Amino acid sequence: MGVFQDRALVALVGGVLALLVVGSIVGWLLGRRITSGPGRATVDNINARIRAWWMMALIFVVAVAAGRVVSILLFSVISFLALREFVTLAPTRPGDHRALFWSFFIVTPLQYYLVWIQWYGLFSILIPVWMSILLATRTTLAGDTEHFLERTAITQWGLMICVYFLSHVPALLMLRIPGYENQNAKLMFFLVLVVQLSDVLQYVWGKSIGRRPVAPAISPNKTWEGLIGGVGSATLIGAALWWATPFAPHEAGLLALVVTTMGFAGGLIMSAIKRDRGVKDYGAFIEGHGGMLDRIDSLCFAAPVFFHVTRFFYAP
Amino acid sequence: MIASVLAAGSRLICGASVRWHCDPFATTQRIYYGNHSSHLDFVMIWSALPPRLRRSARPVAGRDYWARGAMRRYLAGRVFHAVLIDRGQAGTDHAEASARAAIEQMAREMGDEYSLIVFPEGTRNSNGAVGPFKSGLFHLSRLRPDVELVPVYLENLNRILPKGESLPVPMMSRVIFGPAFAGGSDDKAAFLQHARDALMQLKDS
Repeated sequence: MGVFQDRALVALVGGVLALLVVGSIVGWLLGRRITSGPGRATVDNINARIRAWWMMALIFVVAVAAGRVVSILLFSVISFLALREFVTLAPTRPGDHRALFWSFFIVTPLQYYLVWIQWYGLFSILIPVWMSILLATRTTLAGDTEHFLERTAITQWGLMICVYFLSHVPALLMLRIPGYENQNAKLMFFLVLVVQLSDVLQYVWGKSIGRRPVAPAISPNKTWEGLIGGVGSATLIGAALWWATPFAPHEAGLLALVVTTMGFAGGLIMSAIKRDRGVKDYGAFIEGHGGMLDRIDSLCFAAPVFFHVTRFFYAP
Repeated sequence: MIASVLAAGSRLICGASVRWHCDPFATTQRIYYGNHSSHLDFVMIWSALPPRLRRSARPVAGRDYWARGAMRRYLAGRVFHAVLIDRGQAGTDHAEASARAAIEQMAREMGDEYSLIVFPEGTRNSNGAVGPFKSGLFHLSRLRPDVELVPVYLENLNRILPKGESLPVPMMSRVIFGPAFAGGSDDKAAFLQHARDALMQLKDS
């Protein structure tokens, strides 16, 4: 079945584009209203984010429409760029060089190749089992024991977050859900949309009524008000999108609650790592958003949970 | 053609962001000098230059390495237009004479149109720290007092391609061109100190 014959998918794409149009208009109006003062910087940042959202949404929509292979390719490139940002900021030594080279040029392509050939068994253990042993072995052979535990953890965490976790997004395409055959692209769309909307809504709620930070030592910008407002409204949106999924409305809402909570946790974990390294963003790849990793941190942590919950309950 | 593909490829692999504190498009002759930690160093400075200037910027490289094999000879001669110098064995009587000959050769080959890319530490530092400058930069600048100097700080290249490795790990890097300053000083110690300080200042800019 062609992508554009799927009415639900067309509706999802249309909804996202409509949202972006509304966002751009609001941003434009704000830009005309607020021309100076500290609010101006926020408005400029918001408009830069909206422009970047257009770009990201278009790339994602085109990849989904172009089919499974292009979707898998897109996420492998995102993994590669995210891993690059992660490793750049983490302190490694020359003894890690070979293990890192393998991570970029062998492990990352292999993980996505397994998604492509739908070899679930190896896909789910390649990095946590095989590579955690093999790469640590390679690093050991380099003979440098200084900060050894930290350095092997860097390689392992980098691969887990940037490659293993993220590869669960296109891996949704390999699930076989009875009555939902050949429609899994919408599942991928649902996950990405709900998680990214939750990020945006947390930002909006936090900026407007945020007072009490959840973890002040890690991120003063993540507040209880932002968390509850953002996750709450993203949950409602998730429930309202049930028609695009194999779930009933309350199930879709529950899954949205789970993935947005995981996404929040992921954002917090990545903030803690950034704080440990003394930086605010992972890079300057996307204007207004920092780096690639800053944009996808929630998605990385939400994807494997969404994949496994869906697999457990809906894909026997 | 090959030159621009190579330049774009190197910038892509090294995820390079380039920053300028001097006019990138100035057509004056310059001596670009950088910290040396990787084989990628001169390629990165060269790639970061605007294409028009790239043709007139010649890296200085050791003949012993770059004249070996047809591929290296081709790259050094036809793509980078490198100035290949003979490196003497340190500590021998011959060393001083060959060093002087090399400096004179650099000054001569600059002519009135070429810029040079040099690494005054003389050798690669594997830990990313910047070592003391050898006196070559001073002597070169004294022979060519008309040419301005531009410090270039290279960050992270030692992690992308460390000494002794042949395959790069594609991390992100930075190339920072500092403000140009006039050369031709008579005080060797002060000149080298000033040049090194100018480079180190770029580290956090």
